[in-house]
Amino acid sequence: MARSRALEHLRICDFTGQLAGAGATRFLAAFGAEVIRVEDPVRQGMWDILRGVPPYVDERRGLDLGGGFNNHNVEKYGITLNLRKEAAREILRELIAISDVVTENFAAGVLARMGFPYDELRRIKPDIVYVSNCGFGHTGPYQTYKTWGPIVQAMCGLTFSSGLPDMPSAGWGFSYMDHHGGNFMAIAIMCGLIHRNRTGEGQWIDMACTEAGATLNGPALLDFTVNGRRMRRPGMPNSNHSQFPAMAPHNIYATDGDDNWVAISCRDDADWIALAKVVGEPWTADVRFASPDGRLADEAELDGRLATWCRSLERHAVAADLQAVGVPAAAVARPQERVDLDPNTAAWGLWPTVSHREMGDVQVDGLPVHFSETDWVLERGAPCLGEHTEEILVRLLGRTPAEVASLHAEGVL
Amino acid sequence: MSAADTNAVAEAMPAALAMPAALPGPLVGLTVVELASEHGAFAGKLLADLGADVVLVEPPGGHHTRAFEPFLDDRPGPERSLWWWHYNTSKRGIVLDLQSPQGAASFARLVADADVVLEAEPPDRLVGLGLDHPQLRAAHEELIWVSITPFGRAAGLPRRNELATDLTVLAAGGPVWNCGYDDHTLPPVRGGGNQGYQTACLWAVSSALAAVLQRELSGRGQHCDVSMHAAANVTTEAGSYEWLVANATVQRQTGRHAATVVTQFTRTTGTDGIDIHTGFPPRSVAEYQGVIDWLDELGARDEFADIVLLEMAVERGGVQLWELASDPLAMEMFGAGRDAFIFIAQRLGAYEFFHGSQQRGLACAVILAPEEVFEDEHYRARGFPVDVEHPELGRAFTYPGAPFLMPASPWRIGSRAPLLGEHQHLVDFADEKG
Repeated sequence: MARSRALEHLRICDFTGQLAGAGATRFLAAFGAEVIRVEDPVRQGMWDILRGVPPYVDERRGLDLGGGFNNHNVEKYGITLNLRKEAAREILRELIAISDVVTENFAAGVLARMGFPYDELRRIKPDIVYVSNCGFGHTGPYQTYKTWGPIVQAMCGLTFSSGLPDMPSAGWGFSYMDHHGGNFMAIAIMCGLIHRNRTGEGQWIDMACTEAGATLNGPALLDFTVNGRRMRRPGMPNSNHSQFPAMAPHNIYATDGDDNWVAISCRDDADWIALAKVVGEPWTADVRFASPDGRLADEAELDGRLATWCRSLERHAVAADLQAVGVPAAAVARPQERVDLDPNTAAWGLWPTVSHREMGDVQVDGLPVHFSETDWVLERGAPCLGEHTEEILVRLLGRTPAEVASLHAEGVL
Repeated sequence: MSAADTNAVAEAMPAALAMPAALPGPLVGLTVVELASEHGAFAGKLLADLGADVVLVEPPGGHHTRAFEPFLDDRPGPERSLWWWHYNTSKRGIVLDLQSPQGAASFARLVADADVVLEAEPPDRLVGLGLDHPQLRAAHEELIWVSITPFGRAAGLPRRNELATDLTVLAAGGPVWNCGYDDHTLPPVRGGGNQGYQTACLWAVSSALAAVLQRELSGRGQHCDVSMHAAANVTTEAGSYEWLVANATVQRQTGRHAATVVTQFTRTTGTDGIDIHTGFPPRSVAEYQGVIDWLDELGARDEFADIVLLEMAVERGGVQLWELASDPLAMEMFGAGRDAFIFIAQRLGAYEFFHGSQQRGLACAVILAPEEVFEDEHYRARGFPVDVEHPELGRAFTYPGAPFLMPASPWRIGSRAPLLGEHQHLVDFADEKG
């Protein structure tokens, strides 16, 4: 199987899991970095709660068969080390000594308690780039507190800022900050490498996912610090409308059928004039709606009128008719429509098939970028528990297969 | 937290994470030419705050995002947009008319000295101006060119000319389907804060950095074609992979993950009216005992009807998740743990519950409004609020700070967003050099 050669010169000693950490090293692995997942054989790698949980490709169950785990760990190698034993710690030291980066998203302090605090990492490899990622980081008053995606999102403002007026916040229907925890962490890793390559200096980069998340509400934050306006006020959140910038109409409207919706946004007067022509009903000529300020002032009435117009129409037809006259509009896509029926995601190659030792051929998320010279490649599925232990110990760390067998027998691997 | 507590935290901070004085950021020396845009501004900000020298190119009269809300004191004006302020920190600004031969030539000369071009123009605009990446990379093979478009730039992409806003990208790309309320007569919800654009921008930055690392090896740059629609599509967690793996469709649920099954409610409200995410119910012996002790501390043991179930859970060694499907009693004990949590939460202020729960080892959260991060002791202790000088106003304002702590090469807002044409001398310099 082929591998991208973009980052083939980089090796990551990787303790990450879930998505918030695994997503970061997934990016690097897709571009060919040698990412070596280190897992605990005693707990069968179940620190990563996605190992072995649904969805499954068939009726089989087991810790190598979780669909989410496969999705997040494609193109990585997997080894097991029982770090309770000195022989395993010695192997880890050897691996760190030939790695560029050590990554983890344990709760704060866990890797240090396993015997590998940053001071030990840099003793082993002076220019190591160590990136830790947890909800509240390794310093500060909440450093012992636990999080996962929805907790992070609640504590950074992203849950609150998503919802309909006069309702409790809806928040995010998935771990949005696990995705961006991974994305920010990938950026942190590469910044650490670029700095090291220029100066020869490694460092410990500590990421608190809550802080990364809090950077994603910028204009609302400045509206508070500059103007004193809080989002905790009547009528907010109101995220199907657009505040920054303000525009109307801008909403999600029900269409023909069950749970079918179309999103429409009018950016300016030109969009409004084009939309009004497509709608073709007398109310669109109301002078109150002729200016942005007028549309915003009577946004509720405008929404009601447009909702009535949309209600009996087919959502894809509405979107197509509006796109044809230059108005941004899109049907709210269901998973099947995005994955199996969208010609653009197909043409992009967005859902590549990887080969997994136990699961077989499985489609996974691709990357939303294409490189003209050294593009990403996703062909290998996630490693089964310990799938590459022998390969890595023999190829990189100079052990013989016989030595690996006896280390297994001694409970080291 | 008292000042003494804050000092204690600072003293306990590992020396390796202490933030030193003004060191350059990790991307110092990297030069970026960015065409001002709504869709890509956040990517330029990330690069600039990480130390890259980002020159922002606006059209004559200024880019239209200078007219985006909110405004300083709610009064519009080209130097008063807080949207502009936020997304353009640490950049330098020039004005060029790319449609004039002179402006196009100046742009080409700036690009000739740049490491990275960042643009989010409509797919064919730069081709028409003779300023696209094939032309400009031909003379400069180290150049990295990052494009952000709604559906990708490559010829043959069927939807490449569709228009998009943040709302329509998130609707077409999947996140909207996942978000909203249990009541499906209510519309699904777009997450707030222009997350569709920002998602693509995070991918643009990671792509630019990967291309920089690749160039250290090959000496060659390349074109990185980022699709906002594709970025949204791979930012839905199980929304996509439930379909990819099992052809199952997730359904939205109030404040919880969209899922193929209806899950238990995780939300309640404290006595102060602030919403709480109650996290995951107790499972281990220690967690169950912690909840019992907490009820005792509150003097509320007798008011909680299912105390016996909590005690049974302690005696049997806790509850395992895999038992729930087959053991009705385990399910009852699991449910009692959740009910106890909600029972306690409704008797406390949100922060009081948060600390009490977390100190017992159980993850939960206060549902903070965005601005409340500036008032929370965690964010303050880690230096998240940062002050940025606006010399022309004679004032400093507080901005959101670093996404990660990077002590040897720290993230930093080097300067407030550029005024219109503030660094026009850069054009003259490039032209003279050219």
